[in-house]
Amino acid sequence: MTTIPPPFSSPPPGALRLELTGITKRYPSVVANDGVQLKVAPGEIHAVLGENGAGKSTLMKIIYGAVQADAGQIQWNGREVVIANPSEARRLGIGMVFQHFSLFETLTVVENIALALDEPFDLKRLAERVREVSTRYGLPLDPDRLVHSLSVGERQRVEIVRCLLQEPQLLILDEPTSVLTPQAVQKLFETLRRLAAEGVSILYISHKLHEIQSLCHSATVMRGGKVTGTATPSQETPASLARMMIGRELPVCEVPAYTGEALPVLTVSKLSMIPDDPFGTQLKDIDLEVRRGEILGIAGISGNGQAELLAALSGEAPGRAEAVKLVGLPVGHLDAGKRRKRGLAFVPEERLGRGAVPPMSLADNATLSAHAQGLVKKGFLRPKAAWEFAKTCIQRFDVRCGGPGAAARSLSGGNLQKFIVGREIMQKPIAMVVAQPTWGVDVGAAAFLRQTLIDLSRSGVAILVVSEELEELFEICDRIAVLAEGRLGPAVPKAHTNAEKIGMQMSGLFTSATDREPDHAAA
Amino acid sequence: MLEHLIPVLAGTLAAATPLIFAGLGELVAERSGVINLGVEGMMLIGAIAGFAAAADSGGGALAGLPAGAVAGALAALVFAVLSLSMAANQAACGLALTIFGIGLSAFIGQHYVSFSLPGLQPLDIPGLVDIPVLGRIFFHQDAVTYLALISFGIVWWVLRKTRLGLILKAVGEAPDAAHAIGYPVIAIRYGATLFGGAMAGMGGAYLSTVYTPLWVQNMVAGRGWIAIALVVFATWNPTRLVLGAWLFGGVTILQFHAQGLGIAVPVQLLAALPYLATVVVLVLISRDKRLLQLNLPASLGKPWLP
Repeated sequence: MTTIPPPFSSPPPGALRLELTGITKRYPSVVANDGVQLKVAPGEIHAVLGENGAGKSTLMKIIYGAVQADAGQIQWNGREVVIANPSEARRLGIGMVFQHFSLFETLTVVENIALALDEPFDLKRLAERVREVSTRYGLPLDPDRLVHSLSVGERQRVEIVRCLLQEPQLLILDEPTSVLTPQAVQKLFETLRRLAAEGVSILYISHKLHEIQSLCHSATVMRGGKVTGTATPSQETPASLARMMIGRELPVCEVPAYTGEALPVLTVSKLSMIPDDPFGTQLKDIDLEVRRGEILGIAGISGNGQAELLAALSGEAPGRAEAVKLVGLPVGHLDAGKRRKRGLAFVPEERLGRGAVPPMSLADNATLSAHAQGLVKKGFLRPKAAWEFAKTCIQRFDVRCGGPGAAARSLSGGNLQKFIVGREIMQKPIAMVVAQPTWGVDVGAAAFLRQTLIDLSRSGVAILVVSEELEELFEICDRIAVLAEGRLGPAVPKAHTNAEKIGMQMSGLFTSATDREPDHAAA
Repeated sequence: MLEHLIPVLAGTLAAATPLIFAGLGELVAERSGVINLGVEGMMLIGAIAGFAAAADSGGGALAGLPAGAVAGALAALVFAVLSLSMAANQAACGLALTIFGIGLSAFIGQHYVSFSLPGLQPLDIPGLVDIPVLGRIFFHQDAVTYLALISFGIVWWVLRKTRLGLILKAVGEAPDAAHAIGYPVIAIRYGATLFGGAMAGMGGAYLSTVYTPLWVQNMVAGRGWIAIALVVFATWNPTRLVLGAWLFGGVTILQFHAQGLGIAVPVQLLAALPYLATVVVLVLISRDKRLLQLNLPASLGKPWLP
């Protein structure tokens, strides 16, 4: 068995692994980084905490050489360096695990790893090393599997192992847990702690406060491109960290009880579907019921049938008439437009390109789905009505933008989401399907959107929310069901379940034992 | 019976050679994510450049092939500058290149209309040519036909066994990811596109200097389009591509024989047969949507800039 020599050439004693001073990066419309300071010691797990748009990702890209800073210095092991590109960063010993993975679907695990290494091309030997390193760090991987057949958690392991084989001294992880089950998060933390004990420094980018508290030795907090403070997470409270992160108290949703009659509105029975996409997931016998006045949450990691279920519900992939019913009437065979006419509203995950047409104005985007609200008369557009509709939506849902004429793509994620949700609500639906309502949205807009959904449900609308964020589901839903490997578990009232139970179901423990991720047996 | 079949099968190999060259070149370009619809034009440019070089230098096919390859690569360079560096629409650029190639080759070809070239004599591979039946089919060919099969072997090996092949596939599937881990996406696509142009030019030069060694306007006659179709229906697999090219070559030779036998079918219909047969058979064997999707370079035809 070959052993890998300890890769970490020690810096001069007392030197920092990485020190950034005065890093500044300006884009035409925004200063992404404004005089940022950051210090990371060898073997330290350092959190970079901030909201979407705080400048974390830009900073990491600068460290990884993918973006060049306009001003500032980078000191690496006590020596000033210029990191011109990612391969330069890798040569220095900087590895990065991306939030959206940079893997090739149709290649095998070992081929993916070989592409990122600068060494003689020998897949057999490399496969052995992959096996060895992955077992050593508790990241089991089969080098010969094709990446598209891997779960999201396994893909992340590929990225981490790929970095580890480059013998890094600094590992950057960008929102690594957004795609993991709670049990897989614990596994990942064990691996990271072991790496840190061996002297690897870790930069951990996240907005999840409790994770940072349990994992990180120190934290740098960013807001609006600036460092607003440094902290020792274990000595802070989530509330105090949140104050540093967003500049005020963390908003909390109010969840009143529903007093009306809880009649079923949206019913799905025995829905099975074989996807067109060979990388898709097959839906198997899905049953669910959403009632008036409630929010039903569907938890689970994306890629377990979420896209297929949403397409079947919205009408993008029509099927058997009886499979989907709206107030008792079969609609499973109808297309999206006809379902909308019957009162089913839909907010897709992709805001740009699916929820809205990026270059079109908000008024035109309103017409696209709300045309039945008097925006079209006898086949002719009524631009004034559309303008008024968009204006009302902007005012009522606090959309910050340049008015109804602003192009959809000019809005921030949070504001565009407010507009899309508002547009759907103004069509007075009886049921609403929402995918990832607050994905990539800042804390303030997320709180507003969650409260909007709760209020809408309490007015008697049946709402189905599909989300990867467990905390969000626990905050707004009345009942939660888990979608894993194309099967839907039972919908359980929120009070009768917890994150751990949901996490077990996410790993597919209520399905057959095939293709289960190996690390959950222990959990 | 066998005596009749051997010349048909031997002729098949020669008829397939231009398609193998052009198809392999396009396959490599498409693997990197570039769809170049200018194959027909590049073949024509290669054909006239090869013919001119062969006729003017007196060097025959041996001078014609390199000239065809260089001319094809230059034509591909024009395409690459427009579609890769300037991110113009690849389909439009490719169509323009084909139309340009048709016009340019006809214009230069005016001077060569009455010329003919000596062609190439078959080259027997010592020893192997004496194998019963197969020897006369595979080892009694002109040198360029062997070169086409050697090219197939090299392309197969590079795509299957080397890092370069892996990089090509990676760039074609996810240029963003390839860029993120530090590969020069545009440079790699340039290389693949120029290789495609050189191979198409070589295929064209083979047509004009060896296969029918005289200049006829528009003599590529749609083979460039068949080469593009072959690549897709072969699901970007070089082995399937060669089999498809042989099928095309076989039907081409058969319909010549049918014409010779005086079968009462219009000649034009018979001449259309190889194109029809190839497309129909390829569509039938590549019906498997999953296979197509798994092998399709996901970024095919999409302009990409860093």
